[in-house]
Amino acid sequence: MSQYIQQLTPTVETWTYLFVTVTFFVYLAIGWSARVRETRGFFIAGQGIPSIANGAATAADWMSAASFISMAGMISFLGYDGAIYLMGWTGGYVLLALLLAPYLRKFGKYTVPDFVGDRYYSSTARVMAALAAIFISLTYVAGQMRGVGIVFSRFLGVDIASGVVVGMLIVGFFAVLGGMKGITWTQVAQYVVLITAFLVPAFALAWRLTGNPVPQLALAFSDILTDLNRLQVELGFNEYTRPFMNKTRLDVLCITLSLMVGTAGLPHVIVRFYTVPSVRAARYSAGWALLFIALLYTTAPALAVFARYNLLTTLNGKTALEVRSHEWVQKWETTGLLSFEDKNDDGRLSLLSDKDANEITIDNDIIVLSTPEVAGLAPWVTALVAAGGLAAALSTAAGLLLVISSSTAHDIYYRLINPKASEERRLWVGRLMILVALGVAGYCGVKPPGFVAQVVAFAFGLAAASFFPLLHLGISACCSP
Amino acid sequence: MAEPTRPADYWRANETLIRGLLVLWAGISLGAGILLAEPLNRFHLGSAPLGFWIAQQGSIFCFVAIIFYYAWRMDRLDRDFGIGE
Repeated sequence: MSQYIQQLTPTVETWTYLFVTVTFFVYLAIGWSARVRETRGFFIAGQGIPSIANGAATAADWMSAASFISMAGMISFLGYDGAIYLMGWTGGYVLLALLLAPYLRKFGKYTVPDFVGDRYYSSTARVMAALAAIFISLTYVAGQMRGVGIVFSRFLGVDIASGVVVGMLIVGFFAVLGGMKGITWTQVAQYVVLITAFLVPAFALAWRLTGNPVPQLALAFSDILTDLNRLQVELGFNEYTRPFMNKTRLDVLCITLSLMVGTAGLPHVIVRFYTVPSVRAARYSAGWALLFIALLYTTAPALAVFARYNLLTTLNGKTALEVRSHEWVQKWETTGLLSFEDKNDDGRLSLLSDKDANEITIDNDIIVLSTPEVAGLAPWVTALVAAGGLAAALSTAAGLLLVISSSTAHDIYYRLINPKASEERRLWVGRLMILVALGVAGYCGVKPPGFVAQVVAFAFGLAAASFFPLLHLGISACCSP
Repeated sequence: MAEPTRPADYWRANETLIRGLLVLWAGISLGAGILLAEPLNRFHLGSAPLGFWIAQQGSIFCFVAIIFYYAWRMDRLDRDFGIGE
């Protein structure tokens, strides 16, 4: 990491400091202006968020550091099979919009466990639901704080721990002051930052490689897929567009379906639909949310194809000297995310499907992070990508922290331990719980427990198996007591 | 129309709409995008094989359209049954 920083020209670093600082002050200003004094504002933003704004906030809430930084790269290496993430992480919104969101909004209340406890007439069910919400959100938020640390270290040379602490201070400020209201309006701003940061380099790369600036159109209506498929076959890979090469058909089907159902059952997404003024607004809000998400999710597979094509044509079959003449190659080689080894000493580097003979190793994360340089864009675009990655991580972290706070302060403390608590005291406990959750998340970000990676996948499974059936049955079953 | 049957009618119309849209949702994503990906790849949209295009682009556009269509139809249903907030 530190060598990479030395390679950075001062301009990129200056731009990055500027962008990150400016966006952070915007978030702080929004958080201050949206501060609240009552629990209704703190937990459900006073139910006064317009549906388009809630859509943008949901999109920022949903799209994490992984969606922003890693997803296009993962798709690029999976080819067709990358569709599991694309369909899995968007298809759930249809279930959410048709089966859950309008009805939960109609029910009102503050949290998802509220619905479970009241609908099933059981405080045991309420506590179980609160614990499930806390568990799902904690595993998720640890990854986000880690993402914040990584962006800081990669772009600014700050060590991961300090990066995490800066991120904690920013999120802590607007989440503690403004609760759901502060988080929502900050997320709207963060959506704007992250989508601009994702689209600008993608449009530029599409324009450079295909002559069509719109990535979605360039993917279908240029020769790039045909060329990429031909190149892949020449190098001994399977055609990029050929299905089930990395995963079996049954795997693709089951993973997609469980990601869809899991998406619809994630408490930090569901609770966003409590913040709109009406049932009608909840229905439209789901549409806006998916439209805003789709802007990134339909660009990512196009970016994956452009990046793969670009890597194959720039790197394969060239000498090490030729390859290193590209500035971005030198830059990413020093980070260790891109590496070369001329194993057969023929003086040329070959990208091959055979792992033992392959001479070029590429990390998934490079695909998005290197696009501005690959597309030959100005240094400020690289800085924009850094600010976008931070916006993606911080917005998701904030939404998750609020779920942890409302589950402990509202569902467990107020509904179970101290039902006579005054409004002021409940609000105080809510703010305190955000700080506690932030502390735990920060600790996990600095010292990630080894099980986190496996547990994030588990969080989806748990959401799919717990909240989705629980809520769906609670809404649709007409005849239970 | 007798007043007591109206909520039941409203709910039935809503359920029919949801069922139809969910069949469409599953048909496009799980059906065309996954189960039929190989045969559909023989056809092309522009230069993209159709099965691949549906799995990575088309299905997402359809999801957005399905949600907005549902919201729009429910507006009309709310109006027809005089349900407002």
